[in-house]
Amino acid sequence: MSLRITFATAGRVLRQLRHDRRTVALLVVVPALLLALLYFMYDGAGGTFDRIALIMLGVFPFVIMFLVTSIAMLRERTTGTLERLLTTPLGKIDLLFGYGIAFGLAAAVQGAVATGAAYWLLGLDTRGSAGLVVLIAVVNAVLGVALGLFCSAFARTEFQAVQFLPVVVVPQLLLCGLFVPRAQMVGWLEGISNALPLTYAVEALAQVGGSADATTTMWRDLVIVAGAAVVALVLAAATLRRRTP
Amino acid sequence: MDDAIEVRDLVVERGRRTVLHGISCDIPAGRVTGLLGPSGSGKTTLIRAIVGVQIVRSGTVTVLGHPAGSAPLRRELGYVTQAPSVYADLSVRENARYFAALRGLGAAEADRAIADVGLAAAKSQLVGNLSGGQRSRASLACALIGEPRLLVLDEPTVGQDPVLRAELWARFHELAAGGTALLVSSHVMDEAGRCDRLLLIREGRLIGDDTPAAIRASAGTDDLEEAFLRLIRDNEQAVAA
Repeated sequence: MSLRITFATAGRVLRQLRHDRRTVALLVVVPALLLALLYFMYDGAGGTFDRIALIMLGVFPFVIMFLVTSIAMLRERTTGTLERLLTTPLGKIDLLFGYGIAFGLAAAVQGAVATGAAYWLLGLDTRGSAGLVVLIAVVNAVLGVALGLFCSAFARTEFQAVQFLPVVVVPQLLLCGLFVPRAQMVGWLEGISNALPLTYAVEALAQVGGSADATTTMWRDLVIVAGAAVVALVLAAATLRRRTP
Repeated sequence: MDDAIEVRDLVVERGRRTVLHGISCDIPAGRVTGLLGPSGSGKTTLIRAIVGVQIVRSGTVTVLGHPAGSAPLRRELGYVTQAPSVYADLSVRENARYFAALRGLGAAEADRAIADVGLAAAKSQLVGNLSGGQRSRASLACALIGEPRLLVLDEPTVGQDPVLRAELWARFHELAAGGTALLVSSHVMDEAGRCDRLLLIREGRLIGDDTPAAIRASAGTDDLEEAFLRLIRDNEQAVAA
């Protein structure tokens, strides 16, 4: 692992992003627009907007970065740049962490804009601080990046890559406690829910919503999400082969 | 002259098909070696084995004294894949600077490599907006950075205009004169004459490994294309007999 190469790679990924203005605009604006949609949907429904918007601030970066990363990594494979990179001094971990850092930074910008819009324009009200919400959003984004890098190893085409969204992301959304409180799920579903990282991200956000100071549960949940992201990055490194058939 | 690459009894299978049937050859340092053969003959597979990204069935590939693909070689190798493996959504200069950074080099080396391939005027353009020939030169520039001891170029001159092609070949010979080993694949016979040595490959077997002059002499013709044909026929007769 080389820090110099890791940061050079992160810089390169960000430069690619910068040349793609439309993607940047979509990344920054879409989550805020979707939150506005939620605002009008739950207009007059009391605290429902606060509860759902808070969770969505964590879910959007996870979903969007998963999708962006799996396509970006697939492009590295199909255009031959990955094969070429693997003949240079770049290590597999350098490449994966470079992606993690680049998209993590992009997610920080996205999270800051979405969170700012939610609090100032849409009147989101939480007991805990907005800064913690952005922090959780960034860690979620890194989890999305890590799972996207891992899943792209199993896709040969863009069509296959996007199909991993319903496979990997949707079950986590359904079981994270957003639709049905986890305590009301049958035992085996709750068991599955316990094993999915997004569950802990949603729980951490709920903690920010319910208490003024950062709770121990919130920090524990955040560590679990970050740990899951590191495990996914290591698995992604293990599936990235220098030699291929 | 030292050998930069030694290939011994290399067998490669892809799926159930044997793509390389026990190839052995030596590629010298300080020379331009041409790897010629029709499309599908195994050129790219041999190149992938030499740069160390191909899973091989048996045999050995030794590059600059190390097993192909091992860590110490990654600083010594410049590799251009057949498709221009550069980032289409970066400018020429951003691409070159990234590949320079991977070797611990700076902007000056990147700019020099861009000038070497005649792209200085287009260095701020996005690679995706360049013509096919310019794109493959951008890819070549990224391989030239840092003066690697071994350059492996898979069809680098496809789509280049004749003047540029001549300039690129002159540049290859300059690099060879400085001690670099170059392995250049092509399916165009008129490029064969520009090489110091030739490896002729067909259906996964080497059917010629010599200087262009010696190949012309042994086949009894001045035309390399014709010489290649005669070698194929001799080879088939030898197999049949």
